[in-house]
Amino acid sequence: MVPASPACLTLTQVRYAVGSARSARGVTEILSGVDITARRGEVTAIIGPNGAGKTTTLACAQGLIRPSAGTVRLLGEDPFRAGAQLRARVGVMLQDGGLPQSVTPQALLSHVARLHQDPWPLTELVRRLDMTPFMRTNIRRLSGGQKQRVALAAALIGRPEVVFLDEPSAGLDPQSRQLVYELIEHLRDLGLGIILTTHLLEEAQRLADSVFILKDGRVVRHGSVAELTTGAEDSDPDQDQPSRRLLFISPRILSREELADAPLSLELDGGTFNKAGARWAVSGITSPEALGQLTSWWQQIGLMPSEISYEARTLEDVFWEVSVP
Amino acid sequence: MTLDPTTTLSTSRPAPMARRILAHGFYETRNVLRNGEQLLVSLILPLLVLVGLQRMHTVTDVVPDINVIVPGVLALAVMASAFTGQGIATGFERQYGVLAYLSTTPLGPTGLILGKAVAVLCVAVVQTLVLGIAGLALGWSPQPAGLALLGVIVVLGCCAFTALGLLIAGTVRAEATLAATNVLWVLMGAAGGSVLPLNHDGAGVLLLLLPSASLGEALRAASLDGSFAVVPVLVLIIWAVAAVLAARRWFSWR
Repeated sequence: MVPASPACLTLTQVRYAVGSARSARGVTEILSGVDITARRGEVTAIIGPNGAGKTTTLACAQGLIRPSAGTVRLLGEDPFRAGAQLRARVGVMLQDGGLPQSVTPQALLSHVARLHQDPWPLTELVRRLDMTPFMRTNIRRLSGGQKQRVALAAALIGRPEVVFLDEPSAGLDPQSRQLVYELIEHLRDLGLGIILTTHLLEEAQRLADSVFILKDGRVVRHGSVAELTTGAEDSDPDQDQPSRRLLFISPRILSREELADAPLSLELDGGTFNKAGARWAVSGITSPEALGQLTSWWQQIGLMPSEISYEARTLEDVFWEVSVP
Repeated sequence: MTLDPTTTLSTSRPAPMARRILAHGFYETRNVLRNGEQLLVSLILPLLVLVGLQRMHTVTDVVPDINVIVPGVLALAVMASAFTGQGIATGFERQYGVLAYLSTTPLGPTGLILGKAVAVLCVAVVQTLVLGIAGLALGWSPQPAGLALLGVIVVLGCCAFTALGLLIAGTVRAEATLAATNVLWVLMGAAGGSVLPLNHDGAGVLLLLLPSASLGEALRAASLDGSFAVVPVLVLIIWAVAAVLAARRWFSWR
């Protein structure tokens, strides 16, 4: 087994509440004991439905807010009390960008670079993110995607060791998104610890080495993408086949008796009804024996599916499983 | 591409503190001086008031002479840049998440505030020079002994009004900050004892406790007879300390 790279961020039982017990609204707990570990040289994705606490988790990790309880260690220090030495080692891209509207990207990025002793060359970052055409345009006149790229450059200009990216590809067109993905992969290869939140599950599936799924202010599932999609968070991902679903289209209605005899878990896919042409999903097919049981059942009930397909379980499937109330 | 792995993990260091603060101060100063609206409020309107009042004095004695007007307009200009300009800029920076972003950089919250103070002082220097030269051209003859005192009081005024502007910007929405700081600036300028001296009898005495009146009174005393107006300066210091304490207590970065 490959030894784990050193942790760059740990959140231990982090809680965050707003309000007061004395006020009419009382106390609202946003985070209810979040445990997260992110490592150098890895992309850690924090995903979850709206209001799950992703941005608040990042704000605690970045030192923007002080947790009500629990501990946060960013590169071994408490980020809330951090000095300039720690902040120089961390790059932050906020969800709303955090960009002043009345200056140009050139002025902003040059200014942020001056706050660092040895920043990355601005020209290289600009070229890498294809920002040359709008470097001298006021930020308020830029498109959403262009602003995203400026915010990303602002997070990276100080040559950080850890980068927080809150929805880095929001509002980007496919071409720009590809640029950002390639840059993130490049940064990971350079050994940076990257912590990102995203609502694009295919983005997390493509980029993340480690995924934390948040719901109602707590981590409800975590592991690598392979671990999450096999449902084997505690096992070695190299030893497991990804959990797959077999989909088939039945040319006729399946009777209640036939369904009762089915050897594996069977359900209608995508909310269709039990009718001719309905798509059925069979899960739990992880061995040739299981596949044999299914074909034997088809033979037994005299069913010849009109279409058969075999698909891997995705992060989206896992997300829906944990997100649906 | 020179995103070099050999330097990536070993050279993430902040610039020295003084350089960070000065860099932010000069960055904000450039932004203010390039921003048409800020320039209008900070420099052009005070200049128009100065010239307008000087012209009115030639018509009516109700308006005092240029030696009273110049320090008063200087107080108006300080309030414009430190209170209205900085308040509005900070309010919108807060709304757009700029304050939160900059507080995660090596600048940090303290450097951000100190950088803003540098910017306000830089703009105040420009204002003092421009209004002073315009005043001299219009016949202003300040007491030479009071000029240094004038500078000290301008700095004190910048502190008090910046803290007040940040207090509003950090506690209410940007649009409310825009409205409140503009309205208060107009009220303090027109009737708050900054531009024109207040009546020292009756209710006028209470108005002297306003920060605008204390700034105007202190500047006029320094300019007219080179004296140090103890009470107005003390009032201004109390306002500055109270605003700083209140901002520390209630200012929200997001």
